[in-house]
Amino acid sequence: MKSGAGCACEVLKSLLLVLASLFLLANGSLTVQAADVQTGILRVDYTTIAPISRYDRFFDDLGFAGGTLGNEDNLTTGAFLGHQYSLKTQSTTPDGAVEAGRAMVQEGIRFLVVLARAEDLLKIVDAVGPDTLVFNAAAPDNDLRQTACRANLIHIAPSRAMLADAIAQYLVWKKWTRWFLIEGSNPDDQKLAEAYRRAAQKFGARIVEERVYEDTGGSRRADSGHVLVQRQMPIFTQNAAEHDVVIAADESDVFALYLPYHTWDARPVAGSAGLQPLTFHAAHEAWGATQFQRRFEKLSGRPIRAEDYNAWLAVRVIGEGVTRTGTADAKTVEAYILSDAFELAAFKGQKVTFRSWNGQLRQPILLTDNKITIAVSPQEGFLHHRSPLDSMGLDEPESGCTAFTK
Amino acid sequence: MGLPTAKLRTFSTSLLLATCLATTSPALANKAFVSNERGNTVTVVDTETWEALAEFEAGNRPRGIGVSPDGKHLYVCASDDDSIKVFDTTTYEFLWSLPSGPDPELFVLSPDGHTLYVSNEDDNLVTVVDTLKKTIIAEVPVGVEPEGMAVSPDQKYVINTSETTNMAHFIRTDTYKIEHNILVDQRPRYARYTNDGQTLFVSSEIGGTVSVINAGGETGPVLEGKISFEVPGVQAEWLQPVGMRITSDNQWLFVALGPANRVAVINIPNREVEKYILVGQRVWQLEFTPDEKYLLTTNGNSNDITVIDVAAQEAIKSIQVGQQPWGVVVTPD
Repeated sequence: MKSGAGCACEVLKSLLLVLASLFLLANGSLTVQAADVQTGILRVDYTTIAPISRYDRFFDDLGFAGGTLGNEDNLTTGAFLGHQYSLKTQSTTPDGAVEAGRAMVQEGIRFLVVLARAEDLLKIVDAVGPDTLVFNAAAPDNDLRQTACRANLIHIAPSRAMLADAIAQYLVWKKWTRWFLIEGSNPDDQKLAEAYRRAAQKFGARIVEERVYEDTGGSRRADSGHVLVQRQMPIFTQNAAEHDVVIAADESDVFALYLPYHTWDARPVAGSAGLQPLTFHAAHEAWGATQFQRRFEKLSGRPIRAEDYNAWLAVRVIGEGVTRTGTADAKTVEAYILSDAFELAAFKGQKVTFRSWNGQLRQPILLTDNKITIAVSPQEGFLHHRSPLDSMGLDEPESGCTAFTK
Repeated sequence: MGLPTAKLRTFSTSLLLATCLATTSPALANKAFVSNERGNTVTVVDTETWEALAEFEAGNRPRGIGVSPDGKHLYVCASDDDSIKVFDTTTYEFLWSLPSGPDPELFVLSPDGHTLYVSNEDDNLVTVVDTLKKTIIAEVPVGVEPEGMAVSPDQKYVINTSETTNMAHFIRTDTYKIEHNILVDQRPRYARYTNDGQTLFVSSEIGGTVSVINAGGETGPVLEGKISFEVPGVQAEWLQPVGMRITSDNQWLFVALGPANRVAVINIPNREVEKYILVGQRVWQLEFTPDEKYLLTTNGNSNDITVIDVAAQEAIKSIQVGQQPWGVVVTPD
């Protein structure tokens, strides 16, 4: 435990407060208690070149729109309880991230949703201090849930381990267990590839061939660029060992989308292209999600992205915590959301809850071809003594996080 | 859409059988109407022979379904058409549409049949419709994603449950103002009163519980407790309470458990689950026959309805209907 020493015992104290509040609410009567809940969404924007697909182009309100919808949901519910909610959204350069986070806290914000890469997220968490509860809505790094975890850092975004496990379970269920792994040359691609290696071992798949696709820079799209892609990708994937499926580990968006239909062998692609693991996508309709999609589109005028869903969910977690405890105190809310009493409906067909050992949200992962939901993991038959959701990601026995247990 | 001339798909053999039975039996057979969400149709089932009599087109994505107290008119929420369609229960002809507000999913009729209360999920509203004048009387702002609807037996309150706000809202029927709110578990789907008006049950699909609310509290309704479910061999996540029905003696509460493919039988005085009845897949809504001898369940993923013998608390029959049956209603005697 690095920053936030002594947080855990305060969390315990707060748990007692939670129990007291729960007792107050036990008869269901809604005593109107004033609560003024200030939430901020801080998004760190990085200079990147345009994505391979125009479908993936950046939206100025990415994440903010989802958070705004969550805040509207909270306002509606809060109106019946006398709870006030406000939301401030802000984007920043990486250099200005720490200052922007501090400024938001100085304004009174105690719930801060962050969309940033891991290194910036940690800088922000450590800068805002232990009295602010931070929600990670973007960074997938396993380390953030392990040795780099913080007692005041909650993860809405799934880890790379969760995402890779979600794909692995489906492929194993399909009996596509011989994998041809192609990873990018950037550090995040390598971390993702490592998550797929770990998932293969965990669920009994085999990586029969590995290749690295070098990021040589340059633009990702050019007029008639597909002509060159059509010549290059078959050759790049030629002479691979006999495999059932190609796994692309390409968080940098350099090559994965070029793989489907261009591989030398007629094989499906999964991972960063083809069958992709996401928390949410704009075509998901099951479990009442249609109405959620419609509400989002009405508000923002565009289809939803996973970042928006993550931000919406973070803001809803805060709202649910405030609704059930009747307070806007971040410590009390955190103790409640990490307790067994917390549960939240999130258009995933089952309640979402938190792992008490590392602050990670348990949630089903959608597998999509970017048109429809192909499947939802965990897959049938992948059991776990606590919840099938814990068959994906970093389980308690392997946890390297001590911030929550001390 | 071809609705004004409702397309009839009659099953001649079963119709014959029904006619034969009708001539030998003095009791008039009732009809069960089942809305098929994916098939865009309503299936008609004879509650004596348990044969499907007909299937007719009912608009886009039919879900909530009800019948007028005189048994003449069938109301169907055509969710994707943003209207409630009214059909003749004898000829299955489309009669007219009622305004409903956008994306109507569930509604409840006042006992006199003159007022319809509709939940509009997209707009956080309950819409009140005059069924005679065919006009909207009021729109009541409620919590996020309103769903379940119930009218208190004394008609003083209409209850709405909001799926994302997780509350049961008690709306006065004379002022259309919310008078009480009760916080329940995640995604409250359905609300049902005992017929003495003393107890209100609210099912929470994702929370996996049924909240028991004392509706006769001195200072307003009070949450008394929650009933949860447990079936060996079934993951707790799949025990998702949805539709409910209560016997008129207030002894038994039947709860559809969705993907658990079971109907729970709750002893109301003891507040305990006594039995789980295995039915079809993704059991959604329930309805009694008027004599309460039978309880019908819609099973969305097996495209059938199950008939439960209420006294024996056993499933006795299943009948194929259209694609993804959602709601069911039975004509009164």
